[in-house]
Amino acid sequence: MLEITGLGHAYGAHRVLEGIDLEVGEGELVTIVGPSGCGKSTLLRCLAGLMAPGEGKVVLNGTPVTGVPDDLAVVFQDYSRSLMPWLTVRDNVALPLRRRGLGRSERRAGAAEALASVGLGDAAGKYPWQLSGGMQQRVSIARALAYRPSLLLMDEPFGSVDAQTREDLEDLVLRVHRSEGVTILLVTHDIDESVYLGDRVVVLARDPGRIRAELPVTLPAGRDQIGTRSDPEFVRLRAEVGRLVRGVAADLSEAASR
Amino acid sequence: MTAATLGAGTARRGGPAGRAARGLLHRLLPLVLLIAGWEAATRASDSPFFPPPSQIVRRMRDMWLSGPANHLYFSAEAGDSIMPSLGRMFLGLALSVVVGVLLGLALGRSEQALAYLEPLLQFCRVIPPPTLVPVFIVLFDLGTQMQVASIIFSAIWPILLNTADGARSVDPVQMATAQAFRLSAVQRLRFVIIPSALPKIFAGLRLALSLALILMVFSELLPGTSDGLGFELTNAQSQSDLPTIWSVIVLLGILGYLFNTILLAVERRILAKHRAGAKG
Ligand SMILES: Nc1ncnc2c1ncn2[C@@H]1O[C@H](COP(=O)(O)OP(=O)(O)OP(=O)(O)O)[C@@H](O)[C@H]1O
Ligand SMILES: [Mg+2]
Repeated sequence: MLEITGLGHAYGAHRVLEGIDLEVGEGELVTIVGPSGCGKSTLLRCLAGLMAPGEGKVVLNGTPVTGVPDDLAVVFQDYSRSLMPWLTVRDNVALPLRRRGLGRSERRAGAAEALASVGLGDAAGKYPWQLSGGMQQRVSIARALAYRPSLLLMDEPFGSVDAQTREDLEDLVLRVHRSEGVTILLVTHDIDESVYLGDRVVVLARDPGRIRAELPVTLPAGRDQIGTRSDPEFVRLRAEVGRLVRGVAADLSEAASR
Repeated sequence: MTAATLGAGTARRGGPAGRAARGLLHRLLPLVLLIAGWEAATRASDSPFFPPPSQIVRRMRDMWLSGPANHLYFSAEAGDSIMPSLGRMFLGLALSVVVGVLLGLALGRSEQALAYLEPLLQFCRVIPPPTLVPVFIVLFDLGTQMQVASIIFSAIWPILLNTADGARSVDPVQMATAQAFRLSAVQRLRFVIIPSALPKIFAGLRLALSLALILMVFSELLPGTSDGLGFELTNAQSQSDLPTIWSVIVLLGILGYLFNTILLAVERRILAKHRAGAKG
């Protein structure tokens, strides 16, 4: 579905990304982990067509990405700045649905459903600045879900929520992924999360950001917070990803073969 | 800004109506004292140039509020002098808002156009508007056309430049969001750019209002005028009718205060949703 070849980018003299080659299949959930500043957000912005990469190309369903493709939703890392303070939570979530040609009541229904799914059914009439950071983050997730995209890009979407809510939201993403067949690219700096959610984990190295390893996650599809996290395979993968992220020399061929 | 904070403060404490009324009294007290002092001083000096406030008020009532009840007591003279002035001012202001906001939005969203035109626009803005009135007298028909043109040329700049500034400084993440969800150009304007620029637009509007009031009177002081408050002023001056002169001055003060208060109230109401932006 998504093919990235030789993608690189520099801000001025600062090389941020280099030689990124990555393929994402239809309906796959790929997680991207990497240290802060390695270019994860820059990569997502290139994929979303929000900025043109300095080199390389991105092809989505056979067409090169130049502008923002249709049917794509983004959950921005800067969630609070991506919400419009002059719109209520409900209107924020419903805003992109205007583009879908839905009537007012359908938009409201879609927004209400998405808000309920992130546990914010009661907050629809409030303004974003009346909510906590974690709640705002959930609003921006609800906005992306209500849009029903075929490709969903999420940039550290659970950074500000508490541990319990985070687990609930992780399971929500897995549920949406499974029931609607959405292709998802999710950036995180949480190693456990990358393994728990991903069908595949992509580990980025920094300066310049490039792919250090790609690990298929060989865990059963039906995951649950307690069972999966104590699975020996999960523990092994987590350690592996942890070593790769920290840059400890890891045997890549060994990692790939297992 | 201070007025806004003061107002918000009293509104928060003003649960019981009595306390609100007392707050208002406290704020009016300096004004009352000033008027009383003025009354005493002018009565004592008995100068023909400084009539006492009571005389001014009587003159104002005779001139403008001696009409029949079904006209809300406004006299025919009020209709002849106040109405044409205000009509021209609001026409000029309305045209300035429409043109200024539209051009400002277009300029603010086009980096290149703004970079090229901003020095020119700033230049136009700093020209004291009254100096252009003689030009307009030559260019336009004397009377309403020239007067409205003068008002527009003074009032449009703060609106245009503030709107452009506001439209330019929309949060880039908000713009990226609008882009990622593929909002149309009209939707971007309506839901992102205009709301974001609104506080700056209002700031420009307040400046424009006071400029429009100045130019309204100034353009009426010139020959070729047959009605309006400025005309009344020159007329009274030629007859050395000082109470009338003072009446017009006081009326202009009241009108300016009134319009500014209304605008502030509207602004506070509309911008209540922008509280987050004000917080930081
Ligand atoms: N607009 C920009 N102009 C210049 N440099 C930038 C810009 N955006 C990002 N950078 C730089 O590029 C590098 C990568 O930034 P990016 O935001 O992609 O990192 P990230 O992996 O998302 O980091 P984090 O995990 O902290 O979000 C950083 O060093 C940052 O300083
Ligand atoms: Mg980032």
